Amino acid sequence: MLILGIESSCDETAAAVLRDGRTLLSNVINSQVAVHSPYGGVVPELASRKHLENIYPVVEAALAQAGVGLDDLDGLAVTQGPGLVGALLIGLSFAKAISAVKGIPYVGVDHIVGHLLSPFLEQDQPEFPYIALVASGGHSSIFLVHDHTTIQPLGRTRDDAAGEAFDKVGKILGLEYPGGPVISRLAEQGNPAAIPFPRAWLGQDSLDFSFSGLKTSVANYVHQHQQKNEPFHIPDVCASFQEAVVEVLCEKVLTAARMHGISTVALAGGVAANARLRAVLQDLGAQRGIKIFMPSLELCTDNAAMIALAGFYHFAEKATTSLDTDAYSRSPILHPGPLSGGDSPAPPTVRAAP
Amino acid sequence: MKLAITLSDLAVTSTLGRYLGETARPGEVITLGGSLGAGKTTLTQAIGQGLLVPPSCYITSPTFSLLHEYPGRLPLYHLDLYRLSDETEIEDLGLLEYLYGTGLSVIEWPDRLGSLMPAERLHIELTLLSETARLAEITGYGGGWEEKIAALRAEPLWRE
Repeated sequence: MLILGIESSCDETAAAVLRDGRTLLSNVINSQVAVHSPYGGVVPELASRKHLENIYPVVEAALAQAGVGLDDLDGLAVTQGPGLVGALLIGLSFAKAISAVKGIPYVGVDHIVGHLLSPFLEQDQPEFPYIALVASGGHSSIFLVHDHTTIQPLGRTRDDAAGEAFDKVGKILGLEYPGGPVISRLAEQGNPAAIPFPRAWLGQDSLDFSFSGLKTSVANYVHQHQQKNEPFHIPDVCASFQEAVVEVLCEKVLTAARMHGISTVALAGGVAANARLRAVLQDLGAQRGIKIFMPSLELCTDNAAMIALAGFYHFAEKATTSLDTDAYSRSPILHPGPLSGGDSPAPPTVRAAP
Repeated sequence: MKLAITLSDLAVTSTLGRYLGETARPGEVITLGGSLGAGKTTLTQAIGQGLLVPPSCYITSPTFSLLHEYPGRLPLYHLDLYRLSDETEIEDLGLLEYLYGTGLSVIEWPDRLGSLMPAERLHIELTLLSETARLAEITGYGGGWEEKIAALRAEPLWRE
């Protein structure tokens, strides 16, 4: 089965061709980071416009690199949400158009499910069930993945996402955008124990995250030193901040594994590219008998290969050619069911397939 | 119509936010200014409490998604324009369609609005004073805010 995956939920316009859910024939990503940098952040309208310019050449390149044409495809998988609706609609409409013209079924895929399944794009694959941490600019969540389409949310952020904290601390320190890679690089020359930034554990056994207090603590540290005209060592701030994030992410995901009696953990999302996070989680996992899976760096950040993969598993259940499928900004994986006015209980297990 | 108060800690910040949520009327707009870490999202969380947004709906930073909508006594529209650069982008994104509707709109980084800035709004500028304390400079624009600012002025929890 040959699937074309299309992703346009945030920074990247991406397309990939995947054969039989295993063999990646092409994986094209048109990063917009350079476009966004002057503004110190991603600019959504600009993102929408760039997606519109990028989508055709990116899809064309993915097909050409895979050596296939549209007529060879058995299915299309496209990110339906969550993300910026204006950006999502470009990929979704593009997929619908191909579907309508060529008569190829398409399936809408949740971006977070794509991240959760991304370890299956590697040779060494986890076994079900496993605990997954998705940490990126917009998400910091822990899931129990029962199978390819049955996913249970266990914890989520209460304020800022981990990647957002990296970007905002980068901004506070006057570093270039995106903050993550720069902080990670500077942290190598700093002392992670130099400044005791706070770790938000949020009560025993809570699997939720909070990074807003940490961000504010860095802002306070910088502000106080600037007011007293005292110099401070930026690499130490970076290393100490990064250590606080890494420690909380690792402890929470390993706690989730312990609580559910699971010995497999997978890491995904842009923050999973952080070298310190990868090293610490690998070490802690080895100490505690937990096997750690993490996708290669290019498959951690947003890509269409993971969308094609998630689509492959969705096709087994249900594909659609319905043209009235809409994009959504918030993930039903994290917010199952309509938001009601009452105090609803913890979200139940939800099926990721549409 | 202006009021400057010291929010000595998180509890006092919460009191201000809850008051604004409890007294919110449909179509109101509150704009929040202040640097990163000044407490804009924290204040919005308290406004959400006052609006009876269910505790299971975490009010998280909308920086990446631009807009989060929450159910409550009135809908809460939490906008963050941090990543936008000018008003044409805001207009093209349709974000203004949420304003003046049935809910309360709380807008972070409102400077991006330019000429689209609502004439009727309450602006709160937050400044870091210390690790826990914030200065809140509250300005009412348009006629509807005098009563609320007078009520806030009478609140003994903070000092002017």
